[in-house]
Amino acid sequence: MKYYLLIPFLPLAAFVINILLGRKILKTASQWVSILAVFGSMVISYMTVFDVIRGHTLNADLYTWIIAGTGFRVSVGFLIDQLTAVMLVVVTTVSFLVHVYSVGYMRGDKGYYRFFAYLSLFTFSMLMLIMANNMLQLYFGWEAVGLCSYLLIGFWYEKKSASDAGKKAFIVNRFGDFGFGLGVILVFLTFGTLHYLPVFDKVASVAGQTISIFGMEVNLVTVIALLLFCGAVGKSAQFPLHVWLPDAMEGPTPVSALIHAATMVTAGVFMLARLNPIFNVSPVAMDVIAITGGFTALFAATIALVQNDIKRVIAYSTVSQLGYMVLACGVGAYGAGIFHLYTHAFFKALLFLCAGSVMHAMAGELDMQKMGGLRKYMPVTYWTMLLASLSISGIPPFAGFFSKDEILWLAFNGNGVGKFVWLLGTVAALLTAFYSFRLIYLTFHGEFRGTEEQRHHLHESPKVMTIPLVLLCIGAVASGWIGIPELIGGEHSNWIANFVRPVVGHPEVNAAHSTAWMVIALSVAIALTGIFVARSFYIKNKELPGKFAGMFPFTYRVLFNKYYVDELYDLIIVRAAKGIARNIMVGFTDSKIIEGIVNGIPRLIGWTSAQIRKVQSGDAHRYAAMMVLGMFLIFALMLVKLLG
Amino acid sequence: MEIGYPILSAVIFVPVIGGLVLLLVNRANESIIKWGALLVTIVTFVISLPLFTDFDKTTYLMQFQEKHAWIPSWNINYFLGVDGISVFFVLLSTLISILCVLISWNAIKDKVKEFYIALLITEGAMIGVFCSLDFFLFYLFWEAMLIPMYLIIGVWGGPRRLYAAIKFFLYTLVGSVLMLVGIIVLYNHAHTFNILELANHTYPYKLQMILFWAFFAAFAVKVPMFPLHTWLPDAHTEAPTAGSVILAAILIKMGAYGFLRFSIPMFPDATKAMIPVMLGLSVVAIIYGGLICLVQTDMKRLIAYSSVSHMGFVTLGIFALNSYGVEGGILQMINHGIVTGALFLCIGIIYDRTHSREISDYGGLATPLPVYAGFFMVFTLATIGLPGMNGFVGEFLIILGGFAASRIVGVLAATGVVISAGYMLWLYQRVFFMNVNEKVAGLKDMDAREVLTLLPLLALVFWIGVYPDSFLGFMHVSVSHLLEKINSGGPADMNVAQAIIHMVK
Repeated sequence: MKYYLLIPFLPLAAFVINILLGRKILKTASQWVSILAVFGSMVISYMTVFDVIRGHTLNADLYTWIIAGTGFRVSVGFLIDQLTAVMLVVVTTVSFLVHVYSVGYMRGDKGYYRFFAYLSLFTFSMLMLIMANNMLQLYFGWEAVGLCSYLLIGFWYEKKSASDAGKKAFIVNRFGDFGFGLGVILVFLTFGTLHYLPVFDKVASVAGQTISIFGMEVNLVTVIALLLFCGAVGKSAQFPLHVWLPDAMEGPTPVSALIHAATMVTAGVFMLARLNPIFNVSPVAMDVIAITGGFTALFAATIALVQNDIKRVIAYSTVSQLGYMVLACGVGAYGAGIFHLYTHAFFKALLFLCAGSVMHAMAGELDMQKMGGLRKYMPVTYWTMLLASLSISGIPPFAGFFSKDEILWLAFNGNGVGKFVWLLGTVAALLTAFYSFRLIYLTFHGEFRGTEEQRHHLHESPKVMTIPLVLLCIGAVASGWIGIPELIGGEHSNWIANFVRPVVGHPEVNAAHSTAWMVIALSVAIALTGIFVARSFYIKNKELPGKFAGMFPFTYRVLFNKYYVDELYDLIIVRAAKGIARNIMVGFTDSKIIEGIVNGIPRLIGWTSAQIRKVQSGDAHRYAAMMVLGMFLIFALMLVKLLG
Repeated sequence: MEIGYPILSAVIFVPVIGGLVLLLVNRANESIIKWGALLVTIVTFVISLPLFTDFDKTTYLMQFQEKHAWIPSWNINYFLGVDGISVFFVLLSTLISILCVLISWNAIKDKVKEFYIALLITEGAMIGVFCSLDFFLFYLFWEAMLIPMYLIIGVWGGPRRLYAAIKFFLYTLVGSVLMLVGIIVLYNHAHTFNILELANHTYPYKLQMILFWAFFAAFAVKVPMFPLHTWLPDAHTEAPTAGSVILAAILIKMGAYGFLRFSIPMFPDATKAMIPVMLGLSVVAIIYGGLICLVQTDMKRLIAYSSVSHMGFVTLGIFALNSYGVEGGILQMINHGIVTGALFLCIGIIYDRTHSREISDYGGLATPLPVYAGFFMVFTLATIGLPGMNGFVGEFLIILGGFAASRIVGVLAATGVVISAGYMLWLYQRVFFMNVNEKVAGLKDMDAREVLTLLPLLALVFWIGVYPDSFLGFMHVSVSHLLEKINSGGPADMNVAQAIIHMVK
């Protein structure tokens, strides 16, 4: 089973070859290096997955990475189990299709070789992340995918907005990683190792321990769990660190599909599922996770309602869907979260690639208000995007229905905050259906609203782009069929839940069938309602949206401006840091206090010696006068002494 | 250890003698001087390599020892040796010196002969500092290094070079003088300059405290620790590229090395009592140095202030006084030498073309200089501690050690990681991304000499990042010996406790 090593290292080799030889020698041939590498990874991944299905899991160290001090020892090693297997399928498949699509999409770009080099580096990093058998290697992959995200968002670096967005993504993620890193450190100090399995073995034994943080006694595992969760909040763009993901749309669209929809952003969810034995021990942390996820799902969906940039709508929808996955983890339904991660990878990557196809036809136009009626110009794009939208809206029998329903159902039956987050998720489902079909109607239906020039240019994308769309569409439609609820499909129909159960468990549900049918019926009804409302807003009564915006101007403005979160951060973090640095550190402590003292001492010495120097003027008269004065003084003193 | 020559003396004196030989060369023969200097530094590097290959990692004892009586009446010896703490600084010095010669190739046009002589003598003296096991000899090298360094800044530096050079000289001199007093006090107490013997003595608590602060003056200035850092931005900024590189890569490591070699083993009780102060100053340096980078407009100054922040990590690791922190601290000294050295080399490369250090004079450099942009990107990422590169291993171990020593310190130090990403990526954006500034359009990308200058450092970035054991492996025994010494003092602990109670009263 040694061939598993090729899975991450083929793309790494492709990166090295392309970055060294791409610019001068390979040029467009660099596409073949990357595509062959990822194809190889994909094939070997599938082989590995079949090994896992046959019951062969693997946990092996490659070499010892860091040995330090007394007892710090961590390896580069690989854990391939059911959870990793699901991720391998998602990552290599989507990555391969996006590579192929990019051949068409990026054609003629002057950074062509660089684009493929970065894609390969990303694939390597993501694979290292999901295949790690310890937290430090996870962290390696975690930061490395962040780097690739930075490089690819800012791929068109001449654009200020693109380079700003890349930087923002990296730094916002660093805020999350700040907590994540401390969590990893605390795990090591608590358990003496960072390798998953030994940690999981010991976690129950520290369940009741407390730790003193700034004078307060807090549950140790809760602290660890919440710190680790900070990382997921950053990487999976949960509130309040969601701000980087919509801006990340500055990157080329294949990147949005691969990194900012299907794979990297789901790393946070993967991490929650991977480390589930830790989270399970802390009910407090679980509630925080569930509420964060549920809130984010709803919050992001409300913003998506009013955006006009086609990619931003999909970006907010990604934030929202990630919220569902996090919510699932928070109620202990990790399997459902991973299931949704898996179906979402297909339909969301498809949505992005369709958006890319639209942009390709519209010469880079992103504003949906300037589109319309594209259905007849680009039928493949239209139909695939329509199916993806049905999937994300949760209409049976498309993939999104099964995974979302699984999450909502398990949340409904969850303890504690379960019912509450179910409610959040259900409302978000209504909004999801609405904004998804708003996008479809604005883009593909009605009359074309762009310029004549644009209309002239409209065309379906080349085969190299549409074939990946069709292939992904198969996933968007059918990938959910491996997780049909037993209620509908009978025994063993929920294959995926059983498959990952050894790693992530499965919550016990004891509820009546009638309740289950009711919850399913409710979500389907709600999804249909959302689509119906969108239809009446954007097909039937086109003046309705404007009227609504006029009726609730404040709400509209707040939503349109994304609750002003960016502005708030700019004020309290960016400006504050620069202000302190400029006015206090440079302007006062360094220049006035420290330099004042440093320069003051020589000046004081200089001044003193200047004063003393005056005495030695070389003037004989003055010397004589001083001498007389001195003699008088001495006499006077003696006199005083004698008399006194 | 069967090496046919006294290796430490050789690495110290080959460059010095090489420098003296250059004196004899006609100053008009600039290329002979340059090639000669390059040859000397390469030879020095090659003869220093057995330090890496033949080092015995299983002992904390000093290796490659050389001891000869020098001034017997005062018990002064010519005594050299290295252990797992110092060996890498010797190697780093011999490597960096080659790169300094290479980077100065076209940059130094004036008084070429004197420049390379100064450079070579600096190299010898720096290595001497890291090898000396006799305090007298140590002090000699410590001060000897100042003079050529002062000249390098003051003669070949930027517009405000004199101010910077004098400031640098006075700052360090004041610190050194206090250390000299400390050395004399130690001698009066133990009647020896032998550093190993001095470290085995136990000194009364009060004396320890006084000496700790006397040595602190010398070392903290060099590091530099907050608030003694203000010489550094000026010196770095005004120095020629080679000067900045030597300052960043090696010279400021001497302060941290001094703490490890002298303050901690000789004054363990005072060290332990002063941990909160040292950790506090380190954390302030990390955050203060980082935030101040956000508003710098001069590239060199920005990197200089980032050194303050990074050296804060180093002192934090050292004074965490646990094995993770100290090993991380030593590794981070090497890392900082490599990465910040490389960044200064990078800035030198572009400065040679534009003669501007102002960030606003750049923009869009990635378009005309893609190779250069690639190198700079790698070093930027290494600075901000991306895993897989060297900075991560050091920073992670330091934060781990810091967190183990004091939670609040670990948490505050970790904010430095966020801040460094902020200022470095912003710098990178303004210099390399966005529209091409017309001032830099059409500049030539790096030539072979420049690539060759950066390549060794690039390789080290990944080597340490992927397989740090090649380096950490040297340290384990020496560091655990050091920590044992500190933590063994049972009775001394009692003294500390009593002294503290006394002080409180």
